[in-house]
Amino acid sequence: MKPLKRILRILKTISLYALLLIYLSPFFFVLINSFKSRREIISNPFGLPDVWSLDNFVTAFQKMDFVSAFVNSLVITFFSVIGIAVFSSMTAYIFVRTDWRFNKVMFFVMVAAMLIPFQAIMIPLVQIYGGLNLLNSRWILIYMYLGFGSSFAVFLYHGFIKAIPLELEEAAMIDGCSRIQVFFRIVFPLLKPTTLTLIILNVLWIWNDFLLPSLVLISSSNRTLPLTTFYFHGTYTSDYGLLMAALMLTILPVIIFYAFLQKYIIKGVMEGAVKA
Amino acid sequence: MLATEKRFIDKLKTYLLFAGPTTFVFLTVIILPFLFGIYLTFTNWDGISKTYTFVRLSNYITVFKDRMFWSSFMLTVKYVFYTVVIVNTLGFILAYALTGNNVIGQNFLRTGFFIPNLIGGIILGLVWRFIFSNVLVFIGRNLNIGFLSYSWLANPDKAFWTLVIVSVWQYSGYMMIIFIAGLSNIPRELIEAATIDGANGFHRLRSIVLPLMVPSFIVTVFLTIQRGFMVYDVNLALTGGGPFKSTELISMHVYEKAFLAQQYGVGQSQAFFLFLLVAAISITQVYFSKKLEVEA
Repeated sequence: MKPLKRILRILKTISLYALLLIYLSPFFFVLINSFKSRREIISNPFGLPDVWSLDNFVTAFQKMDFVSAFVNSLVITFFSVIGIAVFSSMTAYIFVRTDWRFNKVMFFVMVAAMLIPFQAIMIPLVQIYGGLNLLNSRWILIYMYLGFGSSFAVFLYHGFIKAIPLELEEAAMIDGCSRIQVFFRIVFPLLKPTTLTLIILNVLWIWNDFLLPSLVLISSSNRTLPLTTFYFHGTYTSDYGLLMAALMLTILPVIIFYAFLQKYIIKGVMEGAVKA
Repeated sequence: MLATEKRFIDKLKTYLLFAGPTTFVFLTVIILPFLFGIYLTFTNWDGISKTYTFVRLSNYITVFKDRMFWSSFMLTVKYVFYTVVIVNTLGFILAYALTGNNVIGQNFLRTGFFIPNLIGGIILGLVWRFIFSNVLVFIGRNLNIGFLSYSWLANPDKAFWTLVIVSVWQYSGYMMIIFIAGLSNIPRELIEAATIDGANGFHRLRSIVLPLMVPSFIVTVFLTIQRGFMVYDVNLALTGGGPFKSTELISMHVYEKAFLAQQYGVGQSQAFFLFLLVAAISITQVYFSKKLEVEA
C-alpha cells in the first residue's frame, strides 16, 4: 500500500472513532453521574465520582418500581410481537394463495392504511375505547398493537410468500393435509427470515413506544418502562443522581440485549428497509 | 393459486380462520377510529358531555384561523427541513466511510453509531436534557465559551436547535444502516472499471455511486420526513414544548388541543390535516420513486 493512502486510512479511522466517542458521550455522562450525589453533580457534572456509590441505583430501583415496569414492558412486547407475526403471516398467506376479490380489497385497504399517522387516530381511539370502559389494561394495549402492527406485517409477508413455489403445498394437500396444517408445517417455517426481521423491528418499536401506552395505561401499576421513567423524571426533576440512575436502569437492558443480538438487529433493520 | 374452496361458505370459513383475527383487529383499531375521527371533526364535542351538535366546517375554519396552529406547523416544517437534510447527509457520509473495509473495526463502528436507535425518544430526550442543562453549561462556564454558558433549553431559538441536534443524533445511525445496504448492492466491477478508466474518488462518488443510491435516498428521505412530522417523544422529554410554547411541534399541539384543552373536534381536525399532509408527501414520494425506477 502506498504511504499516502495508508496515512489517509489511519486519519479516517481516527476521525471516525473520535466521532463515535462524541456520539456516545451523552451515555457516558449519564453513567458517571449516576454514581454521584446531587450536590456533587451540581458542583461538577464533568468529573468522575469521588466514591462509586450504588445508593442512587438502589433508591431509583425501588422508587420507580422497576420490576413491575420491566415485567409490564416484557409482557406487552412479547405478546404483541408474537401475535403480530402469527396472525399477519396467516393473513398474508390467504391473501397470496387465493384470488378472491374481497382479499384483494382488504389487502389494498391495509396497505393504504399505512399512510395514516398515529396522531390521526389517537383522539377517536381514546374516545371509543374509553367510552366502552376498555382502557387501562395491558391486554387492550396488546390488542391495539396487533392493529397498528398488522398492516406493515401483512405487507412484508405478502411479498415474501409470493416468492415461495406452490409445489410443496400442493403435494402436502394431496397427501391429505388441511390448509392450516400446510401453513404451519410448511409455509411458516419457510418464513423464518421475514419473521425474524419483523420481530426485531417490532420489539424496537413496542418496547420504546410512549404515546400509545401513555393514553391507554392509566394506573401506575400498568406502566411500561418508558412511562415509568418519564413520570419518575416528573417527580424527581432536580434529584439528578437519582434520575441518572433511573435512566441507566432503563438503558442497560437494551444495551445487553443489543450486545448479544447486534448482528441480527442490524440485518433486520437493513432488510426491513429494503423490503419496504 | 391454491383455491380448493368452491362454495361461498367454505371460502368464508377459510377466510375467517386465516384472516379473521387480523381483519377484526385492523377494522376496530384503525378503520373505525379513522372514520369516527372524520365524523368528530364536524362536531363540537368536548369529550365529556353526552350531547353535542354538528358545527359543519366550523372546526376547520377555527384551525385555519388559529395562529398558534400555524406557527407550530411552520416550526415543524422548519424542523423537518433541517433534520431531513442533516440526517441524510451525515447518514450517507457515515455509510460511505464504513463500507469497503478501509477502516479498522468497521463493524464495531457501525454497531456503535446505531446505538441511539435502540433507545426510545423519551429516554433520549431526558438524557440530552441533562447534557444541555448541566454538562454543557458547566463546560461553557469553566472554559468561558459564551454560547454554552447558559442552558440552551431556556432560550426559544436555541431550544429549537436542541431538537434538531438530538433528532440528527438519533436517526443518522439508522439511515446509515439503510445506506450501507444500498452501497453494498453496487457491483464492485463498476467501481473498479471506473478506477481503471481514471476516475478519482470524487468522480466515482458523483457519477456512479450517488446515481445508483437514488433508491436508498428515496427510502431514507421518506422515512425522515414521515418521522419528522410525527415526532412527539423527543419534543416532550427534551423541551416539553417550552420555553413559552416556543418549541411546540405539531404532534404536541394536537395532543394539547384534544386532551388538555378538551377541544376534540378542533384537535381532530388538526390531526386530519396532518394525515392529509403526510399522505400527500408519501404518495408523491412513491410516485417519483416509481418514475425513477422506470427511467433507470
